[in-house]
Amino acid sequence: MQTIDLSETGLRATNKMLHAQADNTNQTAWEIVNPKGAHAIACGLNAPIEVTVKGSTGYYCGGMNQQATINIHGSAGPGTGENIMSGKIVIEGDASQYLGATGHGGMIVVKGNASSRCGISMKGVNIVVQGNIGHMSAFMGQSGNLVVCGDAGDALGDSCYEARFFVRGTVKSLGADCEKKEMREEHLTLLQGLLDEAGIDADPAEFTRYGSARTLYNFDVDNAGAY
Amino acid sequence: MNKIDPKGIPHTTPRQSATFTQDINSDIRRAAATGIYDIRGGGAKRKVPSFDDLLFMGASISRYPLEGYREKCETSVTIGGLHAENPIELDIPITIAGMSFGALSGPAKEALGRGASAAGTSTTTGDGGMTPEERGHSNKLVYQYLPSRYGMNPDDLRKADAIEIVVGQGAKPGGGGMLLGQKISDRVAEMRNLPKGIDQRSACRHPDWTGPDDLEIKILELREITGWKVPIYVKVAGARPYYDTTLAIKAGADAVVLDGMQGGTAATQDVFIEHVGQPTLAIVRPAVQALQDLGMHRKVQLILSGGIRSGADVAKAMALGADAVAIGTAALIALGDNDPKWEAEYNALGTTAGAYDDWHEGQDPAGITTQDPDLMARFDPVEGGRRLRNYLKVMTLEAQTIARACGKNHLHNLEPEDLVALTMEAAAMAQVPLAGTNWYPGKPGTSY
Repeated sequence: MQTIDLSETGLRATNKMLHAQADNTNQTAWEIVNPKGAHAIACGLNAPIEVTVKGSTGYYCGGMNQQATINIHGSAGPGTGENIMSGKIVIEGDASQYLGATGHGGMIVVKGNASSRCGISMKGVNIVVQGNIGHMSAFMGQSGNLVVCGDAGDALGDSCYEARFFVRGTVKSLGADCEKKEMREEHLTLLQGLLDEAGIDADPAEFTRYGSARTLYNFDVDNAGAY
Repeated sequence: MNKIDPKGIPHTTPRQSATFTQDINSDIRRAAATGIYDIRGGGAKRKVPSFDDLLFMGASISRYPLEGYREKCETSVTIGGLHAENPIELDIPITIAGMSFGALSGPAKEALGRGASAAGTSTTTGDGGMTPEERGHSNKLVYQYLPSRYGMNPDDLRKADAIEIVVGQGAKPGGGGMLLGQKISDRVAEMRNLPKGIDQRSACRHPDWTGPDDLEIKILELREITGWKVPIYVKVAGARPYYDTTLAIKAGADAVVLDGMQGGTAATQDVFIEHVGQPTLAIVRPAVQALQDLGMHRKVQLILSGGIRSGADVAKAMALGADAVAIGTAALIALGDNDPKWEAEYNALGTTAGAYDDWHEGQDPAGITTQDPDLMARFDPVEGGRRLRNYLKVMTLEAQTIARACGKNHLHNLEPEDLVALTMEAAAMAQVPLAGTNWYPGKPGTSY
């Protein structure tokens, strides 16, 4: 285990050390202490390492992550895991807005709640939130899965494309062109797999699936009011 | 011809309205028939005060010129030296603006890379990610970081020579984009992670930051991911150039790309293109003032775009304080866009060479703004690259010609003092004297 005190080492040197790890590094376990809400911690990683941040993080922790596993033992600021490509980010506390924005792959798990615009413009990432999520989540979501064990706020999945949303609790309102969908066997299997991967114990049968009604895919003047 | 009615009273001459012109009337008829606004490519077509309204004075008894073919006039520019470990060094101050793969064909993007590299300058990706053709043929490639983040990935980010965070563009300050379904080929769909054949909307705001304080943190993140190696530009539309430039600098930008309303787009509402934004001429001085007020002029570079066409435009932009310019539409024309040799086909599309702007429909006879394999095959990227190189060289020679005539041994030494304006509007916007006077509207210490 390599331990870095961020308050002493500084952000640049910390990220430089993490970026220097190659695919075959044998220094696979890292711990960052005293993060004190700093921004851009452990962003741009690209190695199969596990980084545990002991405390809360600011903006963009784990941004554009590839391969790495990042555990945040605290709450996470805006844009955590933005554009994640692969790997996994686990947030023990709550997540601020734009969680996993534009994420292309990998998984983000939130043990607490996630704020507004969770999974905005998601492009393949899987996000599992044990608590609730805020308004405008998965806005323009293109692909990937957003699993919410609690409730979803206003305008879930507004203007979404092929992303899938599974919500166990209530949805305050659906966004433009987002609709409730049938939960078929394949979706139950998919959801069970996502919950297992996230380490969350929940019954897929209790969830409802939502996704695009596909009525706004090609512009039609009769739908102008919906845009 | 005046018609005489049976009572012998002359009719008045048929008179067209200056308000309801033939153009306007055709807009109304089109809207009434379709129920949807007009979408098109290109920049503002309306006449606005422009660099054509400025003239250089040249040398005189008090200003002596440089010998045209003997004395050096440098053209190089370094962009991004303030924070980046590896600033971009360009031989000429004319760069290629961001245009997307998707809007343009793969071979067209390749040609831009070939031409720019041969002329010693950079090219820029667009709202569709980085293609291997473009990276492979561009010595210096600027990677655009856009609200849609289509095709955005850290591997490409690390391959870039600079990153350009796009906040806005001159054709549509505050607008997103639209790539219509007919241009969504399998390859475009895959790069953008969307179903084939649907209309792809590009967001107008970044999904994970808003405002200047967030921008500063976003720049920090991008620098951390790329190890502080490459410059980070911020591109803004010509909306509020003084404040936007100030905020971009304060957020930590290495360069500000400022795009006036003549700057093109692949597809935007005509009403947006023609009625939102400011002319390129009007936005330079406020941006330069912002740089000067912060002590950052020539430290943070200003790259001006929007209707740059010639070496004269380049020289005028530099004289007003820009460090470099970017061209988009002009580069497409150099490649062969709107060439009269395709006139019959333009006619078949209901238009004429020079006026063709339905780039979003993917039927470009020149094979540039299309994903149609047959049309694309008409375009030779090697020849296109050669033509672009030639054009860039001519623009550079033209700018040097003017600079030498003004006694300047570097294009950057051109200054507002070298210019006069032909109109009151241009004098006010460029803050250079109206020709024949020593005055411009708004000149400090003067009044009517």
